[in-house]
Amino acid sequence: MKNLVKRLSITLLTTFVVLSVNLSAKSVSAPDFTLKSVDGKNVRLSELRGQVVLLNFWASWCGPCRQEMPILDAMHNKYKSLGFTVLGVNLDAKSKKAIGYLKDTPVSFPVLYDPKGITSEQYGVSAMPSTVIIDKNGNVRHLHKGYKSGYEDEYVAQIKKLLRE
Amino acid sequence: MNKMMIFKIQTIKALKLKNMISKVLTVFTLLASVSILNGCSSIEPWVKPYERQNLADPITFFGRDPVSDNYMHHVRQSRESARGAEGSAGGGCGCN
Amino acid sequence: MKVQEALKVVLEVVVVVINQFVAMICKKVIFTALLVLLALMPNVSESAVLPEDRSDILYHRFDGGGVVIDGPSILIRKSIKDTVSISANYYVDNVSSASIDVVTTASAYTEERKEQSMSVEYLRDKTVLSVNYGQSTENDYDAKSAGFNFTQDFFGDLTTLSGGYSQGWDVVGKSGDESFAEEANRKQYRVGLSQVVTKNSLVGLSWETITDEGFLNNPYRSVRYRDGAGFSFQSELYPETRTSDAFSIRGMYYLPYRAAIKAEYRVFSDTWGIEAKNYELGYTHPYGEHWIFDVKLRHYEQTKANFYSDLFSRIDAQNFRARDKEMSTFSNDSVGLSVSYEYELLNSTFFDRFSINLAFDYIDFKFEDFRDIRVNGAAVGEEPFYTYDALVTRMFFSVWY
Repeated sequence: MKNLVKRLSITLLTTFVVLSVNLSAKSVSAPDFTLKSVDGKNVRLSELRGQVVLLNFWASWCGPCRQEMPILDAMHNKYKSLGFTVLGVNLDAKSKKAIGYLKDTPVSFPVLYDPKGITSEQYGVSAMPSTVIIDKNGNVRHLHKGYKSGYEDEYVAQIKKLLRE
Repeated sequence: MNKMMIFKIQTIKALKLKNMISKVLTVFTLLASVSILNGCSSIEPWVKPYERQNLADPITFFGRDPVSDNYMHHVRQSRESARGAEGSAGGGCGCN
Repeated sequence: MKVQEALKVVLEVVVVVINQFVAMICKKVIFTALLVLLALMPNVSESAVLPEDRSDILYHRFDGGGVVIDGPSILIRKSIKDTVSISANYYVDNVSSASIDVVTTASAYTEERKEQSMSVEYLRDKTVLSVNYGQSTENDYDAKSAGFNFTQDFFGDLTTLSGGYSQGWDVVGKSGDESFAEEANRKQYRVGLSQVVTKNSLVGLSWETITDEGFLNNPYRSVRYRDGAGFSFQSELYPETRTSDAFSIRGMYYLPYRAAIKAEYRVFSDTWGIEAKNYELGYTHPYGEHWIFDVKLRHYEQTKANFYSDLFSRIDAQNFRARDKEMSTFSNDSVGLSVSYEYELLNSTFFDRFSINLAFDYIDFKFEDFRDIRVNGAAVGEEPFYTYDALVTRMFFSVWY
C-alpha cells in the first residue's frame, strides 16, 4: 500500500513537472487577424511581415499592463527605425475605457481594439498582460506571460537577436 | 463533581470534537475538490484572464482600505467575544 | 470513595489528552495537506501581484457607553522590484473611559495605548508569503505578536488558497501594583479558500482557530454576588485556557450598472460556552468618476460564557466567575455609511491618485443578562438590562504611488 502511494505520488509529481514546462513556441505561424485601430483604420497582422512585431495584449484595468505601457512605448520609439514595431491589442470589454486611458497616457505605437476577445482566443491568452514576439517571417518566437519590472530587458535582447536575422 | 458532571463534560467535549472533525472534513473536501479541478484537464478555468474587468474593479474588494477595515475589526473584537475568520483574499485582476 | 475520586481524575485526564492530541493532529494534518497541495501545484511561469503601494493617514473615534477613544493610524506601504512589499503601521488609542464597568467599581480614567506593526510580503510565481510583527504598549498592558501568512492562486487564478499562523505574547499589569505581571499567550491558525464563480461574483470561506493560555481576565474587573439584602463585589476569575473556532462564508456580486453587493455570515464557538453568529450585508455604489458610497448593515449576537452571571448567589459561588458584559448574552445591530472621493493625479510622476474618505458606523448594543446597576431604586437582581449605543467615525486620506 505504502509502495503504491509512493509510486503514485512520484508519477503525479513527474506529470505536473512535465506539464509545467513552459510551452515556449517554436516557430509556430502567428494567427492572422484584422482589427480596428485607435485612428479608425483597419490593421492586418500579415501586412507587418518583414518587421519584428511585439504583440502586447493589455487592458486598462490591469495594473501590470499599465506599468508596462510607457516601457513598450520607449522600446517602440528606440527600435522602429530598425524594422521593429510594438502592436498593442486592447482587451477591454468596453473600449471607451481604453480610449479614456490612452487620452491620459498616450503611446506612439498602434493600438488595436478587440473588445470581443477574438485574438485572445486565437493566441490562447492565459495571463494579463501577455507579450508575443513575432519574427520577420510571421512566426511566433517568444511568449511572455505577465509583467514584472525587469522583463523588458529580456524583450530587448530577444528583439535585437531577431532583428539581426 | 459527580459522575453526571463527568459524563456531561465528556459529551460536550465529544460534541466539540465532532464539530471540529466535521469542520476539518469540510475543509479537506474543499481542498481535495480544488486540487482535483486543478489536475482535471477537462475542466478549464471558466473565467478567462481578459474577462476579469469587473473582478479587478476595487468596488468589488472586501477590504478596499486596510487601515479603516483593520480599525473596525479592532473595534468589534474589543467589544464582542467572537474573533477570527474576518478576512478574505481572492478575486482581483488575476494579473501576472 | 477514594477509588471514585481517582477514577474521576483519570477520566478527566484521558479526555483532555485525547482532545489535545486530536486537536494537534487536526492542525498538523491540515497544514501538511496544504503543504502537499502547494508542492504539487504545477510550477507555471506566471505570477500574482503584490498589494498596491500606498500611504494612509486616518483619524478614528469611538464614542459610546461613556467611553471616548480616538487617535491616529498611519500606514505606509512600498514595494521593491515587484517582488517584495513592506508596510509599517503606527496606531494610537487615546482612551477616556467612564464606562459602566469603570463607574460602578472604580473611577473614570484616561490612558494612551500605542501600537506599531510591520509586515513584509514576498511574491514568487503565484504565491505570496508574508511575515508580520507587532507590539502594543499601554501603562498596564504589553502585547507582542508575530505571524506568517501565505496566499496561493491556482486554477487560472480563479481559486485562492490562503492560510497563516500567528502567535501572541501578552504581559498583563496592574496600575498601582508594580509587582503584578501575568502572562497570556495566544496561538492562531487560519485557512481560507476563495473561488471566482462567474466574471461578476466570487465566494470565500474562512476558518480560524485561536487558543489562549494564561491570565485571561481583567485584573480590575469584579463580579457581584448577593450579600444580605444587597450585593457585594469580588474579583473575577477566568479559566487559564480558551480555544475558539470561527467559520465564515462571504460572497460578492457585481451589478451591471457598476455597483457591488457583499454578504457575510460567521459562526463562532469556544470552550467557554460562548456561541456567536453575525451577518453583514454591504452595498458599494460609485457615482461619476470620483465618488464611491458604501452602506453596511450588520447584526451580531452571542450567548453567555458558562461561568458568567450578572449576580452570583454568594461569594465564591463557582470556581470561575465573570461579569464582563462582553461575556454575557447580547446582540448588537449596526448601520454603516461611508463616502470616498478619489482623484487621479495624471501630471505627477511619483503619485498616481489620492482619496479623501469619511465613514460612520452606528452600533446599538442590547444586553439580555447584564444589568445596569447604576439605576437607583431597583431591587437587587431586577435592575433593567443595560443598553448603549456608539458612534464610530473614520476620517482618512490615502495616496497611491
